[in-house]
Amino acid sequence: MDQNIALQAIDVSKSYANHKALDKVNIEVPRSSIFGLLGPNGAGKTTLIRIINLISVMDEGRVLLNGKPITVKDVANIGYLPEERGLYKKMKVGEQAVYLAQLKGMSKNDAKNQVKLWFEKYEIGSWWNKKVEELSKGMQQKVQFIVTVLHKPELLIFDEPFSGFDPINVNLLKEEILNLRNNGATIIFSTHNMASVEELCDNIALINNSQTVLSGKIHDIKERYKANIFEVAYRSEKNLVLPKNDFSVNDIRVLHEVHYSTIKMNNGRSPNELLTLILPQAEIVYFKEILPSINDIFIKEVSG
Amino acid sequence: MNKIFLIIQREYLSRVKKRSFIIMTIIGPVLMAAMIILPAYLADWSEATEKRIAVLDETGWFLEKFKDQDNISFYYVFDDLDSEKENALYKNGDLLLYVPRTELNIPVNSELYSIKQPGLNVTSYIKSVMKQIVENKKLLASGIDPEIIKSAKVNINLSTIRVEKDGIEKKSNTEVEVGLAIFSGIMIYFFIFMFGVQVLKGVMEEKSNRIVEVIISSVKPFQLMLGKIIGVAFVGLTQFMLWILLTLIFVGVFQTGMLTEGNSAMEMLGSKNEILQNVSANNQGVDPMIMVNEIISGINIQVMVLSFIFYFLGGYLLYSSLFAAIGGAIDHDTDSQQFMLPVSIPLIFSIALSGVIVNQPDSSLAIWMSMIPFTSPITMMMRIPFGVPLWQIGVSMTLLIAGFIMTTWFAGKIYRTGILMYGQKVSYAIIWKWLTSKY
Repeated sequence: MDQNIALQAIDVSKSYANHKALDKVNIEVPRSSIFGLLGPNGAGKTTLIRIINLISVMDEGRVLLNGKPITVKDVANIGYLPEERGLYKKMKVGEQAVYLAQLKGMSKNDAKNQVKLWFEKYEIGSWWNKKVEELSKGMQQKVQFIVTVLHKPELLIFDEPFSGFDPINVNLLKEEILNLRNNGATIIFSTHNMASVEELCDNIALINNSQTVLSGKIHDIKERYKANIFEVAYRSEKNLVLPKNDFSVNDIRVLHEVHYSTIKMNNGRSPNELLTLILPQAEIVYFKEILPSINDIFIKEVSG
Repeated sequence: MNKIFLIIQREYLSRVKKRSFIIMTIIGPVLMAAMIILPAYLADWSEATEKRIAVLDETGWFLEKFKDQDNISFYYVFDDLDSEKENALYKNGDLLLYVPRTELNIPVNSELYSIKQPGLNVTSYIKSVMKQIVENKKLLASGIDPEIIKSAKVNINLSTIRVEKDGIEKKSNTEVEVGLAIFSGIMIYFFIFMFGVQVLKGVMEEKSNRIVEVIISSVKPFQLMLGKIIGVAFVGLTQFMLWILLTLIFVGVFQTGMLTEGNSAMEMLGSKNEILQNVSANNQGVDPMIMVNEIISGINIQVMVLSFIFYFLGGYLLYSSLFAAIGGAIDHDTDSQQFMLPVSIPLIFSIALSGVIVNQPDSSLAIWMSMIPFTSPITMMMRIPFGVPLWQIGVSMTLLIAGFIMTTWFAGKIYRTGILMYGQKVSYAIIWKWLTSKY
C-alpha cells in the first residue's frame, strides 16, 4: 500500500433506476495534495463525492481511506462543502457554527474557541449574534466555508466550491485551499472552473459518461496531450522555409518585423532539429512549447 | 447517540425560544381557563344587574302572584298598553310583561317587552309561575285540589352505576363521558396535526435552505429525521404540561379572587341552579355540580391523562414520521397538500366517526378502529372514558408502537432519498421507486 495515497476509489459503480451514474470509476488522491475532479454536468462527480461521504451507497467497488475501507467515523471527520449548501436562516451565526462543529464531533468549548479564532481571522466577530438571514450572500458564503474547515479535517471535499461565490470570496477560497494543503490537508474538489484547476490542482481525474477518462498528475497529463507544437518568434524579412511534410507552420502575425508562428512537428522530428533549420534563416526572439490547457483537454475528451 | 442528542436539543430549543411558542403557551390556558370560568362569571354578571318588570295584567289572574327573585323585581301597572310601554321601557328602562284579555278568559298568551334580550332565568320564571297558576285554576274548576296533584308528583332519579370486574361500583353518566371522549379525541387530533406539521415544515426548511446535505455528512439522515421528530415531541409535551399547569393556575387565581370578594362565581353558579330548579317542574333535589364532580372522579383521571400522553405521543410519532417523509420528498409548500390529504384521511375518518364511537363504544367498529394504529390514538381515547378492558388497551398500545416503528422505517427510506432531490416533480410512482431501491 502506497503510504502517500490518502484516498482511493476502486472500480466504483452505481446505477440508478434508469441510468448508470458511475461505471468502474477509479481515482487516487495523494496525501497533502489538491485533487481536481472534472467532468461535464451529469458525469457523476456529485454521485462519486456522495459515495465517498457515505451519503449514497455504491453498488460495487471500494473506497479506501489510508488503505482501509472508509467508515462512518471517518466521514464525520471529512470537511464537506456540498454543491447544494446553506445554513439555517433563523439561527444565529455563532450558535450555528458551534452547532455544526459539534455535529462534527468537537466539544462545545473547542468548537466555540475555533469559531472565535476563524471569526477573528476573517474579521467577522461582530456577526456572532446576527441571524444568518441578516447577512449578505457573500457573508453567508464565508460562514459556510468556515464551518466546513473548522474542525481541522485531514480530508476536505468541495463540490463546486466556486459556484455561487463572488470573485472576492473565490480568491479567499483559493488562498485558503492552498493554505490548507500546505498545512498537510488533502483536498478534493469538483469544478467546471478550468482556470482554477490549472492554478490549484496537483492531480486531476476527468469523468465523462460515468467513466474515468483520464487521471494523474496535471503535468503528466499535459505532457500526454501535447501535440508537439511550438511557438516561435523570429526576426526576419521573409517567412521561414521548412520541409512541408515534417513541419506544419501556422503564421499568426508579423509585428515590427517579428514573426509569430506556431509550428507542429510531424514524423518524429525533434525541437532541436527544428531549431537547427531556423537558425540560419532568422534571429530567434523566443521559442517555447505549447502545452494544451486543461480546458482544451477537457473539451477534447468530452466532445471527442 | 451524542449527535442525535445535539439534534434533539437544537430542534427543541429553537422552537421553545420562538415567540409563537410562548404566545401559544399563554393563549392556550387563557382560553381553557376562560372556557371554565366564563360561563359561571357571565351568569354571575348578568344576574348582578337588577331587572325590574312592570306587569300589565288585563285578566287579573296574576296580580301579586310574581314574587321578587334575586335581581328580579315585579310591580303592577294598570293603564293601557301603549302608555305603560312608554313608561316602563323608555322612562324607567324596565321590562313590561303584558297579559292580554282573551275571549275564553284563559290567559295562555302573554308578551314580554324589553329593550335588551331578557335572560333565560327571567322568561323561565315568568312561564313557570303563569303555568302553575293557570293549571291550578283549571284543576280547581274541574273540582280537583291542586295539593293532591302536587303530592302525587314523583321525581325519578336514575343513576347508572357501572360495576367493574373487581366489584367496585362507579356512578357514571354518559353525557359527561361523551363530552370527555369527544374532547380528548379532538385534542389528540389537534395535537397530532399541530406538531406533525411542525416536523413537516422543519424538514422542508432544511431542504429548501440546502443545509441538509451539510448535516448528513456528519450524521445519518435517519438520525436527523428522528432527532427532529423527538425534539418536536418534547416541544409538544412541554406545551401540554405548561397548558395544564397554567390552566390550573389561572382557574385557581380567578377562584380565590372571586372568593375574597365574597361572591364566588361557583356560588353564583349554584344559586343560579337553585333558581332553575325551583322554577322547573322536575326538581331533582341533587346539585348537578356535585353530580358532575362525582362522575368525573368515577372516571379514572390518572388513566385518562396517562393514556392521553401515550396516545398523543404514539399517534404523533406515527404521523410525524410520515409528515417528515412528505417534507423530504417535496420541494414546495404547494405540493404538500396532495400528499398530506391521503396521509391524514385516517385521522379525519376517526373524527368523523366520533358520533358512532361514543354511542357504541363497545361495537366491533369501535374496537377495530381502536386497534389499528392509524385510527387508534383518537378512537381509543374516545373509548377510554366509557371503560375499556385492559387487554384491549394493551394490544392497542403494542400495535401502535409497532405501527410507528414501521412508519418511521418506511419514512426513513423516502426521506433519505427525497432530501437530496431537487427540482424533481414528485409523484407516488417516484416515491415507490425510492422505497424499493437502495439509496
